[in-house]
Amino acid sequence: MLRARDISRAFPGVQALSGVELTLRAGEVHALMGQNGAGKSTLIKVLTGVYAPDAGSIELLGRTVAPESPIHAQELGISAVHQESHLLPNLSVAENICAGRYPRKAWSRGGGIDWRETERRARELLAGLGIKLDVAQLAGGLPAALQQLATVARAVATDARVLILDEPTSSLDADEVQALFKLLRTLRDKGVAILFVTHFLDQVYEVCDRMTVLRNGKFVGEYACAKLDARGLVAAMVGREVVAAQRSAASGPPDDAAAAVPVFAAKDMSRRGQLKPMDIELRRGEVLGLAGLLGSGRTELARLLFALDERDTGEISVDGKPVKLDRPADALALGLGFCPEDRKHSGIVADLSVRENIALALQARMGLRKFLKVSEQRQIADKLVAALGIKTASIETPIGQLSGGNQQKAIVARWLATHPRVLILDEPTRGIDVAAKQELMNEILELARGGTAVLFISAEIDEVVRVSDRIVVLRDRTKAGELPTGSDQDAVYSMIAASHLA
Amino acid sequence: MRHIVRHELFWPAVTLALLLVASSLFNASFLTLAWRDGHLYGSLIDILNRAAPLMVVSLGMTLVIAVRGLDISVGAVVAIAAAVAALMIGGSFSATGEVQSQYPLWLALTTALGVAAACGAWNGLLVVKAGMQPIVATLILMVAGRGIAQLLTGGQIITVYYPPFFQLGNGFLLGLPVALWIAGSLWLALHLLMSRTALGLFVRSIGGNPEAARVAGVRSSAITLCAYTFCGFAAGVAGLIVSSNVKSADANNAGQLLELDAILAVTLGGTALTGGRFTLAGTVIGALIIQTLTSMIYSLGVPPEVNLVVKAALVFAVMLLQSAEFRGIVARVARGRSASTS
Repeated sequence: MLRARDISRAFPGVQALSGVELTLRAGEVHALMGQNGAGKSTLIKVLTGVYAPDAGSIELLGRTVAPESPIHAQELGISAVHQESHLLPNLSVAENICAGRYPRKAWSRGGGIDWRETERRARELLAGLGIKLDVAQLAGGLPAALQQLATVARAVATDARVLILDEPTSSLDADEVQALFKLLRTLRDKGVAILFVTHFLDQVYEVCDRMTVLRNGKFVGEYACAKLDARGLVAAMVGREVVAAQRSAASGPPDDAAAAVPVFAAKDMSRRGQLKPMDIELRRGEVLGLAGLLGSGRTELARLLFALDERDTGEISVDGKPVKLDRPADALALGLGFCPEDRKHSGIVADLSVRENIALALQARMGLRKFLKVSEQRQIADKLVAALGIKTASIETPIGQLSGGNQQKAIVARWLATHPRVLILDEPTRGIDVAAKQELMNEILELARGGTAVLFISAEIDEVVRVSDRIVVLRDRTKAGELPTGSDQDAVYSMIAASHLA
Repeated sequence: MRHIVRHELFWPAVTLALLLVASSLFNASFLTLAWRDGHLYGSLIDILNRAAPLMVVSLGMTLVIAVRGLDISVGAVVAIAAAVAALMIGGSFSATGEVQSQYPLWLALTTALGVAAACGAWNGLLVVKAGMQPIVATLILMVAGRGIAQLLTGGQIITVYYPPFFQLGNGFLLGLPVALWIAGSLWLALHLLMSRTALGLFVRSIGGNPEAARVAGVRSSAITLCAYTFCGFAAGVAGLIVSSNVKSADANNAGQLLELDAILAVTLGGTALTGGRFTLAGTVIGALIIQTLTSMIYSLGVPPEVNLVVKAALVFAVMLLQSAEFRGIVARVARGRSASTS
């Protein structure tokens, strides 16, 4: 169906792709795998006409094509769905699906848009794909998962022969992922060639037939999913075997007296509609895991702890002494750090360089007058870039040009630079690849060994279980319970489910 | 070479240079400088002198725009500051024929500047605490401010008779206009603040991504409030220069449309209206571009009724020259031509 040969593309300072091959077959789901910065996004942008390749050719149904823009690519039959859904929230589902090619009434009847026909077409399309959805509803009011399905429907409404999905599942929960996969299988059976990009290995094996692996912009190989197991796949992506971070009993939290007094404690903390009153304590040198389902109050708790939102009730104490914590600047002064979940919106300042992004929190803590000289900022940034393995052309590169995982590492670096006593990490591993994830988790353990109290929040419960000394489980916006070191995933799951059993 | 062309100040500087060359073509004596009575005289000095109030206002505007704001009340604040100063100085002839000021000069000046800064702080509070859109928040003072100024002056033009006050807008120091010294030192002070303290980093991070800056612990609200306060203060300084220059305060016309010229100067200098990227030196060049344009139109002898149209056309041309997209189109067309002819 589609064959890309020998694709190369360079950016200033980076060879993003060199000699990459990709073959998509009709009626097949094909996975595109690789670490952050391996060149997956660039390849997709070449296929959809966002970037022109420096070298190489693309063949569609045996004909050489050169997509010039996403719209041109769509006319050729190549549609793409991106990580965040791109529906217009203030239009109905039907309007979204038909956007740009609304059916018109005959000139004799005024030539306006035929809304009834619009809805009929949308309904027909969704029914054909087995999606149950009210097409008159506003798209913005739909849950993320249904929006994602509608986006896919819109992409195939143009008779797409090739459908590209760039991390479509990263914001979906398990049931929603299943609904998406059902849709993908339907499309596959209709003869659409699907390219699927994800960081979730299990999903690859669940839905894909074949995969292409990239590493550092180079083509590693094409494999049938049945022939390459997860271990082999990771090795292909990383180029070496990965050692999983594991909290061993020997490296547990120091058992001295200092550990007895919590370095940070919140008592009776709550905010209307977001968190019901609960207590939480962090001790020196421990990783406290925070587990819970989507909407259980994980992020809300983190934001309250860092005073990003105002709490209605709750007393905060540091080293057993009550403290004032009313705004992020107070939190910073107390030695807290916070890596937010939404990297683009509240993490990076895209236009500023990697150096400035790393120096920002430390400088904010030092205040206006104690200015870090550029040379000092460089020193700090250089050290952290090397320590965390951040891939960037230079520390003066605007951070917005880095790949997602490297941006995330840079934000972690920002907080490491402040030598925090308490570090809150909200979904630090989201959207980053296996190897980067491991490096980051190792870094977190290293940090705890150095005496920092870490609050680790993740939707992936196996991750929480692996790195945490203690686990606090949230349910329905409050604490459901606490689990000691060595608890396994089942214990967490049963605590989450406890209320449903009772 | 490439490094120079890429520099953020390259195109503003080229624009200014082109305007100066154009002016000298129309007026042979445009570039000549003469030394008379211990001062420098000439059209260039004239432009620098007249551009000073705009430079001062635009520097304040640059800060506000850098933190994703906008202040369209600066013209009204100029009028308020001018009115306060003129009322407090006034001037009456004593028995000996000497002119006395009503209040000491220093008190009048600091009060006028204080009132202007308070106006800026009011704007800042509306934006930061009340969460208003900057353009709406400052629109209030833009309309009300001129009313306040008129109320203060009773709708009259207040004339000042106290000569020491005239120094600000008309005097010379070491051969250069006092107003230019004021604008220059304000620029230098701001430049040092931005490059020698962390303020520059904070302002750029707030403008680039306010939420991320807040999460990183930057005191966004306090800094934004300061930016508006400074902008009001700068407008006050400009008001003093303007009223000193014309030896009176005219509540109806002082600083009229100055906010638009200031926004234009900031844009011409290369500061992004979306916030984050800003250049103080660019703003100074932008103000000079606008004043050069104005002077050029006067020296061309354009009839007053078409004055604004000519200015608009020139501004349009300048903006095109500064647009990277437009230059790209021109370059492509030129390349196409040369390729087809060869």
